Order: sequence, then structure tokens, then C-alpha cells
Amino acid sequence: MSLKQLTVFVENKQGALVAITDTLATHNVNIRALSIADTRDFGILRLIVNDNATALKTLGDEGYLINTTDVVGVKIGDEPGKLSKALQVLDENNINMEYLYAFMSRTEKHAYVVLRVADNAAAEQALEKAGFHLITDADVAKL
Amino acid sequence: MERYYQKEIETLPVEEIKKLQSEKLVKQVKHVYENVPYYRDLMDKKGVKPEDIHGIEDLHKLPFLTKADLRDAYPYGLLAKPLKDCVRIQSTSGTTGRRVVAFYTQKDIDLWEDCCARAIVAAGGTEEDVCQVAYGYGLFTGGPGLNGGSHRVGCLTLPMSSGNTERQIQFMTDLKATILCCTPSYAAYIGETLKEQGYKPEDIPLKAGIFGAEPWTEEMRRGIEETLGIKAYDIYGLTETSGPGVAFECSEQTGMHINEDHFLAEIIDPDTGEVLPEGSKGELVFTSLDKEAFPLLRYRTRDICVLSRKPCSCGRTLIKMAKPMGRTDDMLIIRGVNVFPSQIETVLLNEGYQPNYQIVVDRVNNNDTFDVNVEMNPEQFTDTVSGITEMEKSLANAMKTMLGINPRVHLVAPKSITRSEGKAVRVIDKRKLI
Repeated sequence: MSLKQLTVFVENKQGALVAITDTLATHNVNIRALSIADTRDFGILRLIVNDNATALKTLGDEGYLINTTDVVGVKIGDEPGKLSKALQVLDENNINMEYLYAFMSRTEKHAYVVLRVADNAAAEQALEKAGFHLITDADVAKL
Repeated sequence: MERYYQKEIETLPVEEIKKLQSEKLVKQVKHVYENVPYYRDLMDKKGVKPEDIHGIEDLHKLPFLTKADLRDAYPYGLLAKPLKDCVRIQSTSGTTGRRVVAFYTQKDIDLWEDCCARAIVAAGGTEEDVCQVAYGYGLFTGGPGLNGGSHRVGCLTLPMSSGNTERQIQFMTDLKATILCCTPSYAAYIGETLKEQGYKPEDIPLKAGIFGAEPWTEEMRRGIEETLGIKAYDIYGLTETSGPGVAFECSEQTGMHINEDHFLAEIIDPDTGEVLPEGSKGELVFTSLDKEAFPLLRYRTRDICVLSRKPCSCGRTLIKMAKPMGRTDDMLIIRGVNVFPSQIETVLLNEGYQPNYQIVVDRVNNNDTFDVNVEMNPEQFTDTVSGITEMEKSLANAMKTMLGINPRVHLVAPKSITRSEGKAVRVIDKRKLI
């Protein structure tokens, strides 16, 4: 079970972000979800894309600091209270979370939540046991 | 047992060294005054005549020469012999301004090669050794100097010049090179390449290395010694006085013995020009005692270092210079504290970073700001902000321990620090103090 997130170091200067999205667009990489953590000096761009290999290679070749991070992807029904339920599962199992972000499916009535937790295996096990459906890179490529 | 190339001189009692230096200095000042109008003018302006110089105790009366003088006098202004007596020139890279061109008579070359031979023997070299010279050959003094020294010792000399690392490794392993002479950064590069190719230190035939011509740290020395399985010796020199071999390291590895019979060293206060007592930190100044064609008197090297006459376990009585701590033109004074870029470099290497950094100093509301940008290694990059800020904090603490003042450290992307003509710009001082 694995969902890979691309993590890119972004310098805090004008045009830095658009340069990255341009590169991805040129190489036909589709962004499914993104989140940015920013400080005064730098930002950390986290991406879920349809083609990790191409994104890694093209951004790497252009000199970006980029790596992949294992994250947990969960499919969540698009209705009130569903996210809370998933988070409760993590809480009950004492799994610490660093950050999360979410995106909607275009076709199905579903949301997807990307979770960065201290222990991926434990989180996956607990969520599946509670009836949640996990998504992988293959699922993302098909979205 | 310690071996020497010229034992009598290398172990001469200090009083006799000083006597020898005094005799040579008196003669050299006369030679320069009579043959170099440029320096004669400087002496006349200062009101000093050759007759005023009776020995090394009078050295302080002579005017200094600086890099600017060498530029003004380019190319023949400091030449003290007719060109027909000169057999060679060597030159600096000219990265910091106009090139320096130094002239040599055959005797100048002979004495220079003797100095390099002393360095090779001090590093354990004998006629049994195979000496791979991977310094550049040509105008740069590194290759020709060590090449000549290696011949004098009787080593089988491999005149490789620098570059073409594959070929370096092939000759090193096929011909069983035992001594490697090159810049420390090239030695580190050769070591990394050997490691990548699967060589273990014990498979590499080298036993010693003689590395110089650029600043390097003790940490770098340990790294090179480990990957190559050798003992790494420092060597010091500058084109202006001859080339490598002005000073060399012995088995004790605690500083370099200056070849005092040829080069008279002083430490001065770089601001006032005042001569400082032994053990003080200051600018290193050299007087060439034997050079015929290009004899510089009181040449300011801009290297900051310390001299010591503490007896050495190797038996040499030649005075020792510490590894230069930086250059007068590099030194920054931040919040009243002297900071050398080399200190930042040491911290980075200790903490597992590449020495790719930039110091930015500014003055805001009459307070100095001190920022250090450091390029992150790809493997250090994490996806959380807290991970990166933790690394910045721990690096800033390590720098504070070394320098005594607290910088703000910013981790930046690899290769993002400004490079001008391939050399990274290490210091940006935005304070307009002058």
C-alpha cells in the first residue's frame, strides 16, 4: 500500500512556484493535489501527481531539491463528519500527524485526504480496519 | 627514523640560522638596491640605505612590497638580473587582478627544487618511491616545483599534471604510485572516485600525499587520509617567492617548517605594519634571501598565521608556520569579532554539509546583521518545516561555538549560491563603512 508525495524545496522569490508548475505542464504531468508550507525564507511544496517518475526526473534535471515522501491516501465520502471519523481513528491509535491536505474527485462523489503521519503502516492498518478505503499511486494515475 | 634532504641546514641551531640569514640579508638588500630601481625608490622615500641594514634586526627598517607593487611593476619592474641570465618564468592564475610574472635564474630553480625535495623527504620520500605529480604543469608553479623536487630525491616521477582522473587512477594503480602531489581538493576528488570504483584504502598503493596551493582544513585532511589510506602533508608557497616549498610539513603534522635559509619570515600587524613578537597572529611577510632574478624584500602575503619556534619532534630547527587561518582581505569584523570564512567552512564540514555557503553582512540600525546561506545536500532535505528549521538552528549553534557570535543560518537549494566565473562568491558585505 503506498502513495508517494513529491516534495520540492522552493526558494522564497518571485516566480519560483510558476517555474515549477510550468516545467510540469511542459512534460504533461498533471497535478492532482498540492499543499505549500511556507516560512519567511523558503517554502516546501508537496504534490500528488499522475506521473511521479517524469516529475522527479524533469525537476531533478533542472536542479530542484526534490524527493519523495511516503504518505497515506484515504478515500472519504463527500459528506459532513467523514473526515472527523478518519482523524478519530488515528487519534484513538495514538498516531501523530505532521500535516494533511485534501482534494476532490472529478467524477465520483468522493474526497481524498493525504495524511503525513509518524507511522504509515500503523495508520494504514487502523484506517482499513475501521472500513476506510486507501488509495495508491496506481489509483492516482487513473484519476 | 627521521630522514632529511639537507640535514645540516634543516637541523642547524637557531642562532646559526639567524647568523646565516643576517649575512644573506645584507647582501640581498645591496643586490636589490643596485639592480631594482622600483625598490630603490621605495627605500629612498623611506630614507633607508643598504648600509643601514646590518642584519635581520634591521629588517623592520625596509619598506614593504604588496601585490599592488607587483601589478605596478609588471612585467620587468622588479627584475634584478639581465634577461639573458634568466631561464624561466612562472605565473599566477591572475584571479585576483593582473597576473604576477616571476623570473628565475638557473640557481633560483635549483634552490626552489631543493626546497620541494626537502618536503618530499619529510613526507617519507626516497629514491624507492614513485611520485605522481598531479599539480598543473605550465605557468602554475605546482607541477614544475614538485616535479623538480621529485627528480632531486630520485623518485620515479609521473608528470601527470592535473585533470583526467581516469588516467590518474590508471597510472597510480598500474605503476604503483606511492606519493601523490596535488591540491587537497583534487586529492579528495581522486579519493572519492577510487572509492566509487570499489577501491579500499588498503588496495591503493599510495602511502603519502603532499597537498597545497589552496586552503584546506584539518577535517579535510582526515577525510583524505582515510579514503586514500595515507598520511597527508601540507605544503606552502607562493609564486612571488618561488612556488611550493617555502614551507613544508614533517611527520608531526603540527605546522609547516619554513625553509628559513632561503625565506626570512615575519608576522606583522596588517593594519599598522608593526612587527609582532613570535606567537602572535598576524600577516605573514617574506623576504627572499637567495633569489637572484626576482628577489622580493618584505613581501606581504596577506595570509594570516602564527609562527612558532617550539622544538619539533622531527629534529628540524626551522621555524614553523601554522596553516594560514585566512587572508587579510577575507577577514570580516562582525560585531567587533574577527570572522574568517575558513572557520565557517570548518563548521560545515564538521556538521556533514558541503562547504557551499555565502556570508551576508549588513548593518541595520547601527547593528551588524550576520547571515549565512548554506546549500543543503539532497539527502538532508525533509518535507517538514520543523525538520529544516531544526537543522538551521543546530548549524547556527555550532557556528556560535566556533566564532563566539550568533549567525542566522538559512538553508538553500543546491547550486543556488551565486557563482562568478565558476568561483562561488563567499562574502557579501553590504555595510558601507568606508
